[in-house]
Amino acid sequence: MPLLECRDLSLGHPGNIAAEDVSFTISQGDYLCILGPNGAGKSTLVQTLLGLLRPVKGEVCLGEGFSLEDIGYLPQHTETREDFPASVGEVVRSGLLHHCAMRPWYGRALKKRADEFMEELGILPLAKKSFHALSGGQQQRVRLARALCAARTMLLLDEPVTGLDPQAAGELYEILARLRGEQGMTVVMVSHDLGTALGYASHVLYLDHGQGFFGTREAFLTEHPEGRRAQ
Amino acid sequence: MSELYARLAEYLAFPFVRYAFAVGVLVALCAGLLGVPLVLKRFSFIGDGLSHVAFGALAVATVLRLAAPMALVLPVTALSAVALLRTGRSSRIQGDAAIAMLSSAALAAGYLLLHVFPVSSNIAGDVCSTLFGSASILTLTAGDVALAGVMAAAVLGVFALCYHRLFAVTFDEEFARGTGIRAGAYNLLLAVLSAVVIVLALELVGSLLISALVVFPALSAMGLCRSFRGVTFTAAALAVACAAVGIFVSILLSTPVGPTIVLTDALAFLVCRLAGKNG
Repeated sequence: MPLLECRDLSLGHPGNIAAEDVSFTISQGDYLCILGPNGAGKSTLVQTLLGLLRPVKGEVCLGEGFSLEDIGYLPQHTETREDFPASVGEVVRSGLLHHCAMRPWYGRALKKRADEFMEELGILPLAKKSFHALSGGQQQRVRLARALCAARTMLLLDEPVTGLDPQAAGELYEILARLRGEQGMTVVMVSHDLGTALGYASHVLYLDHGQGFFGTREAFLTEHPEGRRAQ
Repeated sequence: MSELYARLAEYLAFPFVRYAFAVGVLVALCAGLLGVPLVLKRFSFIGDGLSHVAFGALAVATVLRLAAPMALVLPVTALSAVALLRTGRSSRIQGDAAIAMLSSAALAAGYLLLHVFPVSSNIAGDVCSTLFGSASILTLTAGDVALAGVMAAAVLGVFALCYHRLFAVTFDEEFARGTGIRAGAYNLLLAVLSAVVIVLALELVGSLLISALVVFPALSAMGLCRSFRGVTFTAAALAVACAAVGIFVSILLSTPVGPTIVLTDALAFLVCRLAGKNG
C-alpha cells in the first residue's frame, strides 16, 4: 500500500490548468524527484499535495495510516526581512505547532524532539544565534530541521538547493540521503537541478504540459529524452 | 528629587490621575505588543490608516451625540481593518493607495462634519484634541478604566495563547500554511486586534499619533534583541516604561499627554539604536 496515490490529476484553477493527467504513487522510503520546466505545474502540485489547493480533476488518495499532517514541508526560498528577530531555536520549534493541538505552548517532550533534530543536523550549537546571521547552507539546514519537527514520515521540499553554493547543496543532498537510509524517510523534492537530483532519486515525476512521465530513475534515464540527455 | 517625588505623590492621590495612568499604560502595552507582528509583517501602515478611520467615526459619533461613541467607532474601525487587509493582499501598491485614500477621506469627512454640525463652540479645540490626544484622559472614570482593562486583557490573552502561531505566521507564512496553520485567520485576528487597540488609544494620544505607540517599541526592541521572544518582551517593557514616564512628565511639566508619550518613545528608540550599534 503506497503512502499516497494521485490519479489523473488536473492541477491549478478552473480555467487555468497548470498540468493535466498527472498520475503517480509514493511509497514508504521512496525518493521522488519532481522535475520539469518552469510553469509546468511543479509548485501547483506541491500546493495540491499539501491540501492547500483542490485538484480540478482527479484525486489524491492517502494510504492507510498516512495523513497530510505527516508531511514535513520545506517551502521554496523566500526573502524574509534581514532584521527579522528570530533565533534558530525559535524557527526550528515553529515546526512543532500542529503537534500542540490547542495547547498554546510547546511541551518539554516536543522541545526535546526539536533539540534532537537540531543535533542531528549539526545546528544545535547555533540554537540561540540569530537566523539571519547564518550562511545560506546553515539557514537551509534550520528550515530542514523545522520540516522534520513537523513530520517524520515524508519530507516535501520545493527547490531546496536554489541559491546555495555547490558545497552547501551537496551537504543538503547528503543529509537527505542519510535520513532516508537511516530512518526510512520518504523524500519528495521539486528540483531544477536535474543531474545532482538524479544521483539520489529512486523515482522521477516529469511534468511537461501533459507530456509527463512517472517511473523509476532507471526508466527515466533510458526512456525519457530529458533523462537520456542528462546521462 | 524628593520635591519631584512629593509632587508626583500629590498628583497620584487624585483618582483621575491614577485612572489616566492605568489606562495609558495598558493601552501602550497592547499597542507595543501588537506592534511586533505588525511591523514585521509590514502592516504598520494599516495602523496609521485605521487611526484616521477611527477619527472619522468618532466625529460622526460626536455629531450624532451618541452616549457611547465606542459602540460606533469600534465596529467601523474593525470593519475597515478587515477591508484593508483584503485589498492589501491582492496587491501591495493597491493596498497602499487604498489606505492613503481611506485615511485622508476619513480625516476630511470627520473635520467637515464637526465643522458643519458643531457640538460645541470650540471646534478647533475639539478637533485638535481628537487628533493629538486630549485632556479628556484626565476625565476618565472608573468605568473607562474597566473597559480598557477588559480590552487589554483580551489582547494580552490572545497574544499569549497564539504567541507561537503568530510567530510562525509572521516569520514564514508559506510554511505555516503548509503545516495547516490558518494564516489568513491569524492575519484577520491581527487586524481586528489592531482596530481594538487603536480605538482604545484614540483618547490617549489622539488619532495622528497612535502609530507611534504601535511602531516605536517594536523597532526599538529590534535594535537590542535578535530573538522574537526577546523583541516581544522588550517591546512590551519599553511601551509600558515610555507611557509611564511620558504621563508623569506631562503631569509635572503640564505638557500635552499624547505628544509627551510619543516623544518619550522616540527618545527611547534613539537610545536603543545607539546601544544596539555599540553593543
